[in-house]
Amino acid sequence: MSVTVKEKNASAEVKNLIDKSVSLNPAVISIRKEALEAFQKLGLPDKKAEEYRHTPITSLLQRDFDYDALLSKPSDLDPKEYFIPSVKGNIIVLINGVYSSAHSSVISPADEVHITNLSEALAGGDTMALEHFAKYADVKSDAFTAWNTASWNHGVFIRIPENAIVQTPILIYHIHDARAGQVMSASRNLFVIGRHSEVTIIEKFDSAGLSHHFSNTVTEAVVSENAHLELYSIQNDAGSRYQVGLTHIHQAGSSLVNTFTFTLNGKLIRNNLQLSLDGEGIESHMFGLYLITDDTVADNHTTVDHRKPNSFSNEIYKGIMDGNSKGVFNGKIYVRPQAQKTNAFQSNKNILLSDKATVNTKPQLEIWADDVKCSHGCTTGQLDSEALFYLQTRGINKETARAMMLYAFAIEVLNNVKHAELKTYIDQLVSERLHTNF
Amino acid sequence: MLSIKNLQAKIGDKQILNGINLEVKAGEVHAIMGPNGSGKSTLASVLAGREDYEVVQGEVEFQGQNLLDMAPEDRARAGVFLAFQYPVEIPGVSTINFMKTAVNQILKSRGQQPLDAVSFLKIMKEKMKLVDIDQSLLNRSLNEGFSGGEKKRNEIFQMAMLEPKLAILDETDSGLDIDALKIVAHGVNKLRTKSNAVIVVTHYQRLLDYIIPDFVHVLYKGKIVKSGTKDLALELEAKGYDWIKDEVAVA
Ligand SMILES: Nc1ncnc2c1ncn2[C@@H]1O[C@H](COP(=O)(O)OP(=O)(O)OP(=O)(O)O)[C@@H](O)[C@H]1O
Ligand SMILES: [Mg+2]
Repeated sequence: MSVTVKEKNASAEVKNLIDKSVSLNPAVISIRKEALEAFQKLGLPDKKAEEYRHTPITSLLQRDFDYDALLSKPSDLDPKEYFIPSVKGNIIVLINGVYSSAHSSVISPADEVHITNLSEALAGGDTMALEHFAKYADVKSDAFTAWNTASWNHGVFIRIPENAIVQTPILIYHIHDARAGQVMSASRNLFVIGRHSEVTIIEKFDSAGLSHHFSNTVTEAVVSENAHLELYSIQNDAGSRYQVGLTHIHQAGSSLVNTFTFTLNGKLIRNNLQLSLDGEGIESHMFGLYLITDDTVADNHTTVDHRKPNSFSNEIYKGIMDGNSKGVFNGKIYVRPQAQKTNAFQSNKNILLSDKATVNTKPQLEIWADDVKCSHGCTTGQLDSEALFYLQTRGINKETARAMMLYAFAIEVLNNVKHAELKTYIDQLVSERLHTNF
Repeated sequence: MLSIKNLQAKIGDKQILNGINLEVKAGEVHAIMGPNGSGKSTLASVLAGREDYEVVQGEVEFQGQNLLDMAPEDRARAGVFLAFQYPVEIPGVSTINFMKTAVNQILKSRGQQPLDAVSFLKIMKEKMKLVDIDQSLLNRSLNEGFSGGEKKRNEIFQMAMLEPKLAILDETDSGLDIDALKIVAHGVNKLRTKSNAVIVVTHYQRLLDYIIPDFVHVLYKGKIVKSGTKDLALELEAKGYDWIKDEVAVA
């Protein structure tokens, strides 16, 4: 009798998953096909893959997931407990990657905000959706993007017409119900912001239950001339979340984008954030704050691509690592030959609170134009002991002094949050995390 | 109030304090002078509880308590205040905010009610006037981008807020212009009572013209090698330290 040992291989398992995910969209069949081919060619990144060197996502997908037992039945989860109570707005809920109309509610007028399931928009022949879908997220360079593009069935399509100042934010709640077993989801979003329009979009990631769960999200955002997008990502999932997310923002001339990425919890969170500055007079700010502990891995890979002259990009990412946690920051800045008079700034600062916490930070500037102003800086250190002592000599106990200093470190990012209630909410999360009950 | 006996301290392998003896009683002002690097700031830091220094021998008693056993914050709560020679910059922490935290933690440690925002502000305004400091400065990140004089004034403002029993002023006069010097000295004198004491570390007589010391000590190579009255400071001003160094060498 011979025993065959079935070698588990995540790439093959994922290929099976993709094959099983029947497309609802004849409109995008060729795109899916191409993406599948790209996925097969790339395979999931192994340990040596440069872009995932510090993030062992593939080995974890192999070790921690049982692909034959992934949950597929619908969830009866009540998503309300994950809502940010103080931030009212248009609410979109995706549970296990499935768009839930029942839990979603759009309160903005239809001539200001148009929101549907992306697959419906494509199937219904929405010209904007068809024009922009899969035009920006590159399947050939990243296996997760290829996987997503080849297999997604649900996601959020937001279209803001021209000249619409949307006062009410749009909240997208990505919730995994991992109570009855493991979950994997691949959802796909497309945001198209019309010229001279303004909108705030907040994405929040949560889960119920204890099982491992993985989400692979891809979001493409098109920000037209003179438009303004505020995009927030709040990652504070206490469950066993593994996540790879790509957000690609394509900016036209004189547009303004502020992105915020807050990573406070999760098992492994990999954020790929790419900004293409495809016009003049563009302003882009990327803010990031990762406060992590235990075994959390928070990996931010960002790319700013200056393609045209006279634009400004500014990136501030800060991290506090405690426990066994691991932070990764990689910041690419491309300045193309024609992108003269570019101003590009990047800063990544880290504080390590324990001996076992680590951070890998790497700026990567590739500048082909000669008349540009670029600067970058990264620091990693412990809390300043002299400053701690100073505060203590004023009668403040050590824990409070520590918390004050950590909070002061984080505030630089928080202070840029414009939406008042959201700021208060995130402030609370940060304060709780840092024990700043002074 | 403060009794230092044979205090010896080192940092790493380097012994800096070599047996300091000093008695400070309530109501007194002591000046500590001495050449650069003689250990004045080290003494101040050890008294305030800086952990980098290891006390190898000696005792420090403050109002009947063993000071050396106490955490820095507990020393502050017991009434010890150190005005730093080089005040630390802390980005993101404003003076007002951290003073509020400090005052309330001190009150709590004494079993008293914390101040509400209004009473805190009222006291703060009073003390601001005392040292002629602007609120905009106190709203800013602590000492970040402050001029040398502003930092020193901020130290005295904090001292005024905390009303210590024992204030140790480490070269608070250095970097101050004449007007600021008067203001700071005035602030210190205003806060003097029969029940508190001040140790001023300084290189110059000019501060002692305004804050008149009861005793003047010369610290040299980690030891107090000479003590006297305010006249000793005048003598040092006139003659420098060489004669003292010679005396030490002979002895
Ligand atoms: N961290 C340290 N490591 C090594 N030596 C130190 C350290 N801190 C202080 N010292 C040394 O201890 C000695 C005393 O320093 P201290 O700052 O107490 O002098 P001071 O009397 O205050 O001098 P000044 O008048 O210049 O302020 C100096 O020789 C100094 O170099
Ligand atoms: Mg000194």
